Amino acid sequence: MSIIKLKNPAYIFESASAVGCEEHKGPLGDKFDFHDEKDKFGAKTWEMAEGELGRTALALALSKAKLRPDDIDVLFAGDLQNQCVASSGGLYSFKIPYVGLYGACSTLGEGLMSASLALSASEDLRRVAAVTTSHNCAAERQFRLPIEYGGQRPPSAQWTATAGGAFLLGRDGYAKIERVMPGTIIDGGIADANNMGAAMAPAAADTIVKYFRESGEHPDDFDAIITGDLAKEGSYLLETILEKNNIVLKNHYDCGMMIYDYKKQDVHSGGSGCGCSASVFSAHFLPLLRSGEFKRVLLIPTGALMSTGSIQQGNNILGIAPLVCVEGVK
Amino acid sequence: MELLLSCVRAFVVGGLFCVIAQLLIDYTKLTPARILVIYVSFGVFLGAVGAFAPLKEFAGAGATVPLVGFGGTVAKGVREAVDKQGLLGALTGGLSAAAGGTAAALCFGYLFALICNGKPKNL
Amino acid sequence: MDKEEYKELVKRRERRSPSPKNCLRAFWTGGLICVIGQLLTELFLTLGMSEKSASTTTTVALIFAAALLTGIGIFDRIARYAGAGTLVPVTGFANSVVSPAIDTKSEGLILGVGAKIFTVAGPVLLYATLSGAVYGVIYYIVSLFL
Repeated sequence: MSIIKLKNPAYIFESASAVGCEEHKGPLGDKFDFHDEKDKFGAKTWEMAEGELGRTALALALSKAKLRPDDIDVLFAGDLQNQCVASSGGLYSFKIPYVGLYGACSTLGEGLMSASLALSASEDLRRVAAVTTSHNCAAERQFRLPIEYGGQRPPSAQWTATAGGAFLLGRDGYAKIERVMPGTIIDGGIADANNMGAAMAPAAADTIVKYFRESGEHPDDFDAIITGDLAKEGSYLLETILEKNNIVLKNHYDCGMMIYDYKKQDVHSGGSGCGCSASVFSAHFLPLLRSGEFKRVLLIPTGALMSTGSIQQGNNILGIAPLVCVEGVK
Repeated sequence: MELLLSCVRAFVVGGLFCVIAQLLIDYTKLTPARILVIYVSFGVFLGAVGAFAPLKEFAGAGATVPLVGFGGTVAKGVREAVDKQGLLGALTGGLSAAAGGTAAALCFGYLFALICNGKPKNL
Repeated sequence: MDKEEYKELVKRRERRSPSPKNCLRAFWTGGLICVIGQLLTELFLTLGMSEKSASTTTTVALIFAAALLTGIGIFDRIARYAGAGTLVPVTGFANSVVSPAIDTKSEGLILGVGAKIFTVAGPVLLYATLSGAVYGVIYYIVSLFL
């Protein structure tokens, strides 16, 4: 069995998002709770800016819910930086017991899954939080080239979003999480760091096939099947693999394809990063669940598990795609 | 008129070097760093077989400004140094000939690192 | 779908960069930089410099210009349009030295800028020096017999 059914469901009751300049210019721009035109969020370095991004998102979520940091019992957070220093550095000031997560761009899935499992496991926990962030400049510096380096990206390349999202979960709220499914690590045989979508699509397909086979449900039972950041390339590949498994997705959304404007912004394949799915899910999909327009969605953030060293040594990029089933309460 | 012609020759030859590199970027998996290494080594090769001097004579800056010219300069420096100092010149000639450009890049790099702060990339 | 089948699908799908357009852009931008170099060289020659000095001064001037554009954050935008047009001329070399210098300033002037200034351009210098040395040795041996 891959699907984990929670004994006690968890509920998302509040969320907030913060983004950078380019994300604000995108089609969802006005829906994000906060944006910084300079992408630095008042910090000195890009790395610290990512921490500040997470801090801003969580502070906003808390203030929207009229809660204080000590009302949260555990914090699950992750980002794209080595050793997840953005999350620890940005969130330490809240003094909330902290669990650091790493799932590359799939960290949102890990976060929501861990948060709801924790709530389900112990009745003592009142509320928990999940935060994920990514920052374009910090990611460029760590994974690619210096920011001022002049080069061209191939059409399959993706753009790490400067974005973050914070989610508060508790015993009641407007969106219920009752079923989660950790992803399986999948080797799609792709070693090209400029084609992350292709590296992650087989993992997303694996998760989706397993979920429908085990649950006996049908894609049409959901208002949206949301993948994290497969972007154009990966989404096409995912849909092709699924068709071979006789699954047709009519309501597939990819956060990486929603955050930027393909016509006005030179995004190539699309957006990526664990903040991409977090900010889009918080700003776009959760309000739809809250209003009752959407009843059930599957959230499947996708991650490419690799390091600069593993790429240079020619290893394949492994993919992972955890799944969270989110249902509107209304 | 002479000036115009030399500019046209520089434009065409320099432009062609760039087009070849662009084709390598677009049609192979070669990264820009690899292409630059190939260009500079190719320049040394051109200099070694004696093809760089005539190319420079013809194209002027069209041959010296692309990185191939960097290699050509290194080869020329090595040859002159070996003529003067023997085998030791194989080690001293290359970097001495390329010293101007390298030192300029390092010093200006340091200078601008002190003055400028990184700006975020825009889409 | 097995791994080989999937790799084949990815390969077929993979869109190439629009090369004719890129090549045209690389051609005119790269050519233009060389023309600027040519004009600078002619200028320095008329100022009475030797041919060697004029050529080196031209290189230094182009490197300064590229460093300045990198510093004020414009070079990468030009390069996104020009591609190999700015990469192949010595401007690309300058950019690959200056950009890590600016980028690693936050890690300190010694172990940041100092240690990482060659992260991108290092290979160029290494292979230029190495192939020059190899040529020098060959040239030396050949000249012994001539």
